[in-house]
Amino acid sequence: MPREGILIDTPYERITKEQITLIHQASMEILRDPGLICFNREAAEIFDNKGAEVTSVSSSEHPCWLVKIPEKLVLDALDSAPKIVKLGARNKDNTLIMNGEEPRVHWISGSETNIWLDVDFPTYVKKSDPTTEIQVPEFHPRRGTVADLCQSAHVCEHLDTLDGYIRTVNIQDKDITEDNKDVNKYFASLNNTTKHVMSGLTSLKQLDNVVNMAKLIVGGEEELKENPIISFITCLVKSPLQFVEDTTQTFIEICRRGLPVVVSSAPQAGSTAPMKEDGIMAQINAEVLAAITLGQLVNPGAPLIYGSVPVRARLDNLADSYGAPETSQYNVDCVQMARFYKLPCYATSGVCDTKQPGAQTSVERLFSDILVTLSGPQYLHCAFGLLDCNSIFCLLQAVLDDAHFKMIKFFLRPPRIDETEIAETLKQLREVVATPQKLYIRYIRSMMRSGQLSMPYPFEGDGETDNVFALAYERMNQLLAQPVEHIDRATTSRIFQEIPGLLPRLNVYEERRD
Amino acid sequence: MSDDIIALIKENVIQGRTTKDDEGIDEDMTGKPGVLELTQSALEKNVSLDVIITQGLTAGMQVVGEKFSTKEYFIPDMLASAEAVGAAMDVLKPYLDASDVETKGKFAIGTVKGDIHDIGKNIVAILLKGAGYEVNDLGIDVSAEKIIEVVKEENTDYLGLSALLTTTMVEMGNVIEALKENGLRDKVKVLIGGAAVSEEYAQEIGADAYCVDGFEAIRVLDAFQEAKA
Repeated sequence: MPREGILIDTPYERITKEQITLIHQASMEILRDPGLICFNREAAEIFDNKGAEVTSVSSSEHPCWLVKIPEKLVLDALDSAPKIVKLGARNKDNTLIMNGEEPRVHWISGSETNIWLDVDFPTYVKKSDPTTEIQVPEFHPRRGTVADLCQSAHVCEHLDTLDGYIRTVNIQDKDITEDNKDVNKYFASLNNTTKHVMSGLTSLKQLDNVVNMAKLIVGGEEELKENPIISFITCLVKSPLQFVEDTTQTFIEICRRGLPVVVSSAPQAGSTAPMKEDGIMAQINAEVLAAITLGQLVNPGAPLIYGSVPVRARLDNLADSYGAPETSQYNVDCVQMARFYKLPCYATSGVCDTKQPGAQTSVERLFSDILVTLSGPQYLHCAFGLLDCNSIFCLLQAVLDDAHFKMIKFFLRPPRIDETEIAETLKQLREVVATPQKLYIRYIRSMMRSGQLSMPYPFEGDGETDNVFALAYERMNQLLAQPVEHIDRATTSRIFQEIPGLLPRLNVYEERRD
Repeated sequence: MSDDIIALIKENVIQGRTTKDDEGIDEDMTGKPGVLELTQSALEKNVSLDVIITQGLTAGMQVVGEKFSTKEYFIPDMLASAEAVGAAMDVLKPYLDASDVETKGKFAIGTVKGDIHDIGKNIVAILLKGAGYEVNDLGIDVSAEKIIEVVKEENTDYLGLSALLTTTMVEMGNVIEALKENGLRDKVKVLIGGAAVSEEYAQEIGADAYCVDGFEAIRVLDAFQEAKA
């Protein structure tokens, strides 16, 4: 059985059918004129061979081509792109089925941050009253390591509301190079979670090593097709409207291998896309459709996911502003566009502008998490633990996020209102009004025990003390103490024999023997 | 045999089952005798009142209190158990009146004149009854005259006054003044509670205690009882 996710009965729709059509038409026009600049020769040739208008751009210092894509190519690609994409998992109960026509939301971690945020709780003594002591959380940023990635996957494995895992931290150990980063980040993730693992690829040269590792885990090539425990995310179109050289090549090769891949575009409204909602939407939609068209030309039927990471620019420094309400508006719009094409959608929420856990963090995250969830994307990159846009990962924040996703999940349960329920309620009401106390409290007990009531916020302090961080920290350590199901010893041994570049310290069996 | 029935009374207090129709917490309890039926059976079997109260009812409530403090139980569980004990105490009352077994004390409670908000007052009444106090619930919008009459006629040990509104809380001071005028102030301990009042306000009007909730009321009354002993 796949993971259930949350089926949104009536998805929140921000834009009307007419507005969707207008955006679609504008995107088609953008693909025809001005088209896209393509820095990847093979992609330009593929488009050229399939009927796009491709011309060499002589004015550029890098070889590139102007690609104008006719509407028919796009529509054919939309026809051949699968409407249902399966993302497998080491534990098959964690499989994700993403049906572009069904607004069933799955919550996923990510993205890749450079900074890992440690937390501790030093004690402070009140100057005017030395008998009064308080513990205040202190956050310490440092560069992420492969050990951090293992920890993050470990905790995410145990977070109930997290449906899948996008690697959360860029591994920057001294012995990690461009040539071994991919195998180590995939192995560290796969070995510490039985949920689906998605990541970007640092080096195309590592693609086959990563795929072979996955084959060893599931038992072979056919098994991997049936249960794709890994997938990829590629940002092959740089906004505005440019196929980049390297990621486009990576994307082409992933499509050839038939593994699931997100085609993601991340324009910033105000700088790399128009600030106006219709403008950024027409552009991002054109960029994603261009990538989907390329993928389907490479391998018709390749499992692609409509990916969107639109964001608004801050006006004080032109940095991303994920906390801005417009960012959520763009994401909801993208979900609607993907649904218009009946394609599974990767949307973004939960990313915040703040650098450490706190009140602003909670406001920004919860705001976008609720709204974008309600729109019904199949794969919601809701950024468990992410801070400072995409720069910092904090495990404590991931644990806090799990608690607020439990609240959202509870809220989205379907209402229980039918004739039987109403009859029971009327009986209850008559019983209560006949008593001297006139209290309904006694009827709560069966609801409590059957899980019909939400539980209190798990990090609530006693009395008026705010102990949220300390209690979440305690929970985080409890989760780290819970075992995870690693890849078995024999398979681990084969992986370390056959896949080059893996760090010996990631072999948990070797470590135990020492 | 009496051990069995006392154990069942204790267990059903923990389950919060007043009668056989109640669900309780464990599955398949419905239809089995609750605290009320079991207490009646115990009386028929001549089990002593003291044993029923201390080893059955109070012992059960002790466990409920522990479960509440560890957050295994919540207010609805506590109230269900207190209601069950309260119902049993009603059955036992005629026997207690005819015996030398003493209750923990007489407690009268009501919302003061002008105030009709009684959720808190009702919960306090249920909890104190469940804790073994003889509770006289005077209801809502109770005048000072009515309170004086009850305290005088029933030898009330403890008086609970409840007010939700800042406009009605002043009536609490009036009741205390009326108690003084009628020479009753030293005979009854006055507890106040409700959203409008506070510890400071209790001191200001000369009440004996401010209770933030029903559990605090039990603690305060038990402390008074201990001091009396």
